[in-house]
Amino acid sequence: MKVTLKVWRQKDAQSPGRFVTYVTPELNPNMSFLEMLDVVNEDLIRRGEEPIAFDHDCREGICGTCSLVINGKPHGPHRGVTTCQTYMRSFKDGDTIVIEPFRARAFPVIKDLIVDRSALDRIMWAGGFISVRTGSAPDANTIPVPKDVAERAMDAAQCIGCGACVAACKNASAMLFVAAKISHLGLLPQGQPERYRRARAMIEQMDREGFGACTVTGSCEAVCPKGVSLEFIARMNRDYAVALLKGDPIQRAAAAI
Amino acid sequence: MATLNAHIPSGPLAMKWTRHRNESRLISPANKRKYKVIVVGAGLAGASAAAALAELGYEVHNFVYHDSPRRAHSVAAQGGINAAKNYQNDGDSVWRLFYDTIKGGDFRAREANVYRLAEVSVQIIDHCVALGVPFAREYGGLLDNRSFGGAQVSRTFYARGQTGQQLLLGAYSALCRMIAAGAVKSYTHCEMVDLVVVDGHAKGIIVRDLRTGRISRHNADAVVLATGGYANVYYLSTNALNSNATAIWRAYKRGACFANPCFTQIHPTCIPVSGTYQSKLTLMSESLRNDGRLWVPKRREDCSKPPNEIPESDRDYYLERMYPAYGNLCPRDIASRAAKKVCDEGRGVGPGGRGVYLDFSDAIKRLGVAKVRERYGNLFDMYREITGEDAYQVPMRIYPAVHYTMGGLWVDYNLMSNLPGLFVIGEANFSDHGANRLGASALMQGLADGFFILPATIANYLATVNPAQRPSTDHPAFAEAEAEVTTRLRRLLQCRGKRTPTEFHRELGQLMWDYCGMSRNRAGLELALRRIPELREEFWHNVNVPGEATTLNQALEKANRVADFLELAELMCLDALHREESCGGHFREEHQLPDGEAKRDDEHFAYVAAWEYAGPDRAPVLNREPLVYEEVRMTTRSYK
Repeated sequence: MKVTLKVWRQKDAQSPGRFVTYVTPELNPNMSFLEMLDVVNEDLIRRGEEPIAFDHDCREGICGTCSLVINGKPHGPHRGVTTCQTYMRSFKDGDTIVIEPFRARAFPVIKDLIVDRSALDRIMWAGGFISVRTGSAPDANTIPVPKDVAERAMDAAQCIGCGACVAACKNASAMLFVAAKISHLGLLPQGQPERYRRARAMIEQMDREGFGACTVTGSCEAVCPKGVSLEFIARMNRDYAVALLKGDPIQRAAAAI
Repeated sequence: MATLNAHIPSGPLAMKWTRHRNESRLISPANKRKYKVIVVGAGLAGASAAAALAELGYEVHNFVYHDSPRRAHSVAAQGGINAAKNYQNDGDSVWRLFYDTIKGGDFRAREANVYRLAEVSVQIIDHCVALGVPFAREYGGLLDNRSFGGAQVSRTFYARGQTGQQLLLGAYSALCRMIAAGAVKSYTHCEMVDLVVVDGHAKGIIVRDLRTGRISRHNADAVVLATGGYANVYYLSTNALNSNATAIWRAYKRGACFANPCFTQIHPTCIPVSGTYQSKLTLMSESLRNDGRLWVPKRREDCSKPPNEIPESDRDYYLERMYPAYGNLCPRDIASRAAKKVCDEGRGVGPGGRGVYLDFSDAIKRLGVAKVRERYGNLFDMYREITGEDAYQVPMRIYPAVHYTMGGLWVDYNLMSNLPGLFVIGEANFSDHGANRLGASALMQGLADGFFILPATIANYLATVNPAQRPSTDHPAFAEAEAEVTTRLRRLLQCRGKRTPTEFHRELGQLMWDYCGMSRNRAGLELALRRIPELREEFWHNVNVPGEATTLNQALEKANRVADFLELAELMCLDALHREESCGGHFREEHQLPDGEAKRDDEHFAYVAAWEYAGPDRAPVLNREPLVYEEVRMTTRSYK
């Protein structure tokens, strides 16, 4: 099979970008989508042209490095699958495929299809952790965690931080990403002491990074390669509301003295 | 010759670590903040080390080539992490985990290090649970376990089929906390391209910013490499595509010894190669061998039949037949060689006859589809995405693939290399797995090194240096290293040859797989040792790297890494050739027992082979660290 690609090429953040059309060499339908891009790039290199820059690493759907909007959909045509786990058998011979970077104000383009997702890291720095010093933990079985709670936490913890939720959202909101982390830690007993402080700090950082608000269209959930549920956003909103009502516990304690 | 002193503490095995900690140097809190430590890499070892060192009060600088520390390849580990908790009450103990690991490594690991690993394993689970890692639980709310290869107890903790991801996110969250506290400075998209050595001590690194191409110098009082293994020397492996050996190889060329480079692990259960375009291989977790049964048809002529039409009596459950005591749960090296053997006999299945069945039909009958889905659902999904087949209906087809490297930079008991100030942790060092690593032990080692061992031992070195005398980045050694990096990158860009970096990598990988892979022999290794230098020579004259050095240039990144693989491959073959015995993953066809099992030679090869760089075009020097076993007797490894 062969396909025609319309690929977004952009030299750097400052330069304007444009679509460039490439016709692929003969492909095998069992190739992954990224292997198809490898083949196109090998051709470009042999001709002395710069290959298409795209992000990728583990190629087994877990590291969250790969991105791409394929025919208008982050991570391509299938539900619950990353770009690197998308295979050419999902396309037909002669198809035209449009490939763009994840687009969001908080994700500036670095080059071609590579965007800067460091905003997601900065949200994590704001509170995406449990404050526990190495060596100070009690025996792991001291606090039992009901199986269903652990499973629910795991459902949220599966997020791979790829940012597809942001790319799919018309508001470029990062609520699903943030909700996943807040819920993962907020569900577990170990995460309780910082639960509301964490929710507030992460949401405030999310706003500072220029992500939009949530209008519950659900496009994030639809493209999430790990199927992280929209319900976590509701859970996060509740934690955020409680956090606002409670105010800052440290200031409150200080005021009481 | 390098002087290799392993600095193993004296006293009984079970007391060595406690005693060493009690006798280790301490640095006062007021002085700790004066020390600057560079940590390269943010996988389980790197992220945990950076976080733990920062908690102690050191000034930590962390470098990763990924766009975020959360993407390091530890994320891809599936099955689990071992710990000697004995929560199952099935007879486990620190001693048993230690013994299984050292036996699994075919008695080629350092006894004291392995014992310490087993000891520390217990703390890892406590700490990870406290960090919020959502391990699998039983209905009573306590932690669940599963079994893994090479053990007769259930000691593996897991989080569905994504244990590596969850542990990495735990370590990453600890790192985030320290970044937020201003105790760690995080550099992303920054690849270490050289090590700087001043007066014989590691004092800094040279870094290339992959976004801008900018080269920068970074000094420190100690450098910690947590940069993973070198399995990608084989081109096709289960490693992430960007995993590379550049950091450890640069350190080797600056004087750090490279130990047991030929000890590589071929994982028995991976999805078979489907075509030449293939860019990587995907692992199917070893945990699948808990419930899946491996088989091939007894007769060659059945190989093309649909598996469900082959009756039970015509199937050869070869692991259960060959190794009745451990069956499908025998260690990885043994399971891989057995798969190769039955395929070599012409009984392999699937395209090219390079595959065996991993069958879940018995487990589905015994447990029901729902239970099997709960245990392995995401692995079955992954298998379906890649192959288009439903493993609930037909058996998986799997074949061994390169997965891990037990060899790495030589370190002493403090995890310091022979270059003072250079520490090496996780897969990048050689110390704990001998000639074969057991499943669920890599995660354990990464976190043991990073969270618990290095933070305790690094002071033994730091206390001997004065941070006020740390060489500045204007020191000639920095300028020299930077100039070498720029020259090398310029050479790669100016070549303008006819072949792409990937073509060279693929050719090298094929050579290594054919001659330094699952089984090795003298003629093949000698052939590889002739071909690799020729290929390297061609590379430097005929590689084509378009673009510039001053922008994001993925072809240049790749070429720079392939250039190092082309050198490392030669050292691996040299090591494999010199080790005239079979042990663990290193199987020399000349050295086997009548039944085809590995024939180890303890009289001549019970040592660590630590190779020392001797300059360009000169043969590396072999240093030997004898493996002295104080409490364990080296025996023939049997899983029958």
